[in-house]
Amino acid sequence: VTTPHAAGLERSTAVMEAGLGATPGLLGGDGGTGNGPATARLLFGALAAVISVLVVIPIANMLLQAAAGDRGTVAHLAETVLPHYVVTTLWLILGVGVGAPAIGTATAWLVTMYRFPGRRLFEWMLVLPLAMPAYVIAYAYTDLLQVTGPVQTTLRALTRTAPGVWWFPEVRSVGGAAAMLVLVLYPYVYLLARAAFLEQCVCVLEVSRTLGCTPWQSFRRVALPVARPAIVAGTVLALMETLADYGTVAFFGVQTFTTGIMRAWLSFGDPVAAARLSAILLAFVLAIVAVERLDRAPARFHHASGRYRHLPRPHLTGAAAVAAFAACALPAVFGFLLPAAVLVTMALEVDLPGRLDRYAELAGNSFLLGAVTAGLAVMAAVVLPYGARAMPGPVPRTANRVVGLGYAVPGTVMAVGVLASAAAVDTALDTWTRTTFGVSTGLVLGGSIAALVFAYLIRFLAVSLNAAEAGLAKIHTSIDAAAQVLGSGRMATLLRVHMPIMRASLYTAALLVFVDVVKELPATMMIRPFNFDTLAIQAYNYASDERLAEASIPSLAIVAVGMLPVILLSRTIARSRPGTARCDRP
Amino acid sequence: MLPAAILIVAAAATWAHAKELNLYSSRHYQTDEALYEGFTQATGIKINRIEAKEDALIERIRSEGQNSPADVLLTVDAGRLWQADQAGLFQPVRSDVLERAIPAGLRHPDGHWFGFSQRARVIVYNRKTVDPAGLRTYEDLADPRWKNQVCIRSSSNIYNLSLMSALIAAHGEQAAEAWARGVVANFARPPQGGDTDQIRAVAAGACGVALVNTYYYVRLMTSDKAADREVVEATGVIFPNQADRGTHANISGAGVLKHAPNRDAAVRFLEYLVSGQAQRYFADGNNEYPVIENEDPSPALKSLGSWKRDPVNVAVYGENQAAAQRVFDRAGWK
Repeated sequence: VTTPHAAGLERSTAVMEAGLGATPGLLGGDGGTGNGPATARLLFGALAAVISVLVVIPIANMLLQAAAGDRGTVAHLAETVLPHYVVTTLWLILGVGVGAPAIGTATAWLVTMYRFPGRRLFEWMLVLPLAMPAYVIAYAYTDLLQVTGPVQTTLRALTRTAPGVWWFPEVRSVGGAAAMLVLVLYPYVYLLARAAFLEQCVCVLEVSRTLGCTPWQSFRRVALPVARPAIVAGTVLALMETLADYGTVAFFGVQTFTTGIMRAWLSFGDPVAAARLSAILLAFVLAIVAVERLDRAPARFHHASGRYRHLPRPHLTGAAAVAAFAACALPAVFGFLLPAAVLVTMALEVDLPGRLDRYAELAGNSFLLGAVTAGLAVMAAVVLPYGARAMPGPVPRTANRVVGLGYAVPGTVMAVGVLASAAAVDTALDTWTRTTFGVSTGLVLGGSIAALVFAYLIRFLAVSLNAAEAGLAKIHTSIDAAAQVLGSGRMATLLRVHMPIMRASLYTAALLVFVDVVKELPATMMIRPFNFDTLAIQAYNYASDERLAEASIPSLAIVAVGMLPVILLSRTIARSRPGTARCDRP
Repeated sequence: MLPAAILIVAAAATWAHAKELNLYSSRHYQTDEALYEGFTQATGIKINRIEAKEDALIERIRSEGQNSPADVLLTVDAGRLWQADQAGLFQPVRSDVLERAIPAGLRHPDGHWFGFSQRARVIVYNRKTVDPAGLRTYEDLADPRWKNQVCIRSSSNIYNLSLMSALIAAHGEQAAEAWARGVVANFARPPQGGDTDQIRAVAAGACGVALVNTYYYVRLMTSDKAADREVVEATGVIFPNQADRGTHANISGAGVLKHAPNRDAAVRFLEYLVSGQAQRYFADGNNEYPVIENEDPSPALKSLGSWKRDPVNVAVYGENQAAAQRVFDRAGWK
């Protein structure tokens, strides 16, 4: 029962019949069953290749830069501060790597599998911290907990003591930074794990119960291993975002490897050293991903069943209900309600800086960028793994790992790569038109919205890709075969069979990318066109001017814009369990 | 089809250049809106803006190369002007208006960049717990007398880097490092937060002394929140090194970029920035010290008293910046 292979005893007739005939050759070999599938396969392969190359260019650009000689900056950093940075980074990774999957998986399991008071509310409230940028939650908690904040001031007044007499946990610390990151990053695991639990087959759990497992055992030994790709994908996203984070740690004065990268670039003016350190960071991320892949290499995570039944969802009562309530309430309160309340309090203290229509414009810009990028990122995230599924082999698989790397690099470093790539294209075009037509085109890509969206795609493709891949991994290749046998072309299979099954995963992907773009700061700041600002830029401008009260207003607007799709989509996702629309409704 | 499209794009690009100025700015003060509007009203030239950190802007100008639309780079730190100049991004500007108005120490000798406003880095102390008598210089902060008393932000912060660069210019790298070690030994807490956080921590008694930029302090003085004014009442300000070389000051400055498509508008913009009107915006909007002689600082800033500036050319903040960060790193100043 412990291996995912055993998943599913009941099979639908169609899968059963086709499954018998399904061989790897039919799927990935010559594919010579007519022109349709072969053409579609070529199309997907070619599209996937084009996307991969485009996305890899700026990363390659950065790595090439790392090959140039640096000015001893790396050596100086390694001798003085880097060891300390590495240790801090490892602590952060440990904190987020344990905290985010623990909270995300536990809450996802509870709201998916049980009924208890508040479950329907928690289902979407647990996603809300996602809308809270890590640097914003850091402002809020600092304002609340620092030595001059209301909590400590009140405690000192009550006990009539001076600062430093009592020990109080320092929010601006490694632990504080890890807590902030866990609070806003656990929703990645929650969303992906919930999508996995929603897409799982009940039958496996029932079989495990028949074989004598307690509910805890069937969770730990059956559901958890089957959901592993999703939980790992969410955790990897959280860890990559942790590694790339600069805003939060810089605000806290916590120094991580990213601090080293930024220091090389900003203080020493040495982009080569920054590129080298970034390359080391990437190698580290690749190593983590590779180890995880190797560890689960032989396992497949398909659902053998083509039939989905309604999840049973037993009622929890008494202490179990209270515990479930508390487990879901705490992350929602500390990750969203409390910091949002702090921000609202701060916002009420100041007059609205600037005019209201200005905020409407900023929110519109943020929303538009988020929506366009989310759409493109989901399309790319379907094409890429689909290309790999249609054309098995090491190259597409490796390519799909590499295109996701942009997420682990500090946004500023990635933005420099995009700027350089856009400039190279512009210069080539300009030179060509100058010599051929005698006119200059100036900058076409540079400073355009297109370049900005491209930068977002490079940064956030990992997010949509991980979400979509986790969904696709659950679909047994026998379903492809069944569809093919029943006369469905590859495109039709994708649209009519796969997409409906992995709908929850695709919505999740779109939601994550949208919210990430709305929060994004460094690439937006560096690449955006003239006179074009977003909510995140506005929040940064106030925060960097040490006007945190004013910054709370655009910060709240970011949260509001991010919340809208969180609420809309999380309802759709909850309802999207395949098959529930047609059968087994209680 | 393609050539036609390119011609249209090129024509549109040329047409768009009329009566405009493209500004890359790292100033992020909301009061600057009025500053820019004043220029547009006076000249009819529209300002297009991108606001971002200096380093991002410098990198962008560099990668855009000769096609860069940027006319002027405006920064809040002299070190970054020096860096941009080292990268060959500026062109020389000869202007009697600018040279007459701005003291020589606050501009590039060949007109690559000019300083338009100043901010001083001063000591703030707790009036209750600290006797300011023995506290006259930056060097004093390394005195063991201030053990567990000093609050200051991170060493990668540009204001601290510029200060260290000036100290290296004054004393040499070794002495500067000894100073940094002394200050680190006196830290009340690891470096964290911004300048305003340090002032508040001093007022709350979490530390005795801190180093901050003047405009952050004056902003609290002029705040309409009672809590902010209590902070000001609990603290005092010292302009360091008045008996010797003078207090460390940094500038907000700008230069005309090498490939500026609107050079004339760019020079007019710089000249506008030393006009009485623009200098008042710097003074009253963000509580910075004007660079021209006949404009006063804002009343609150003036109430801190007059002071002598360290006359070293602000370009050393850039020249010594990497050395400054190395010194900080070796001294264990986070």
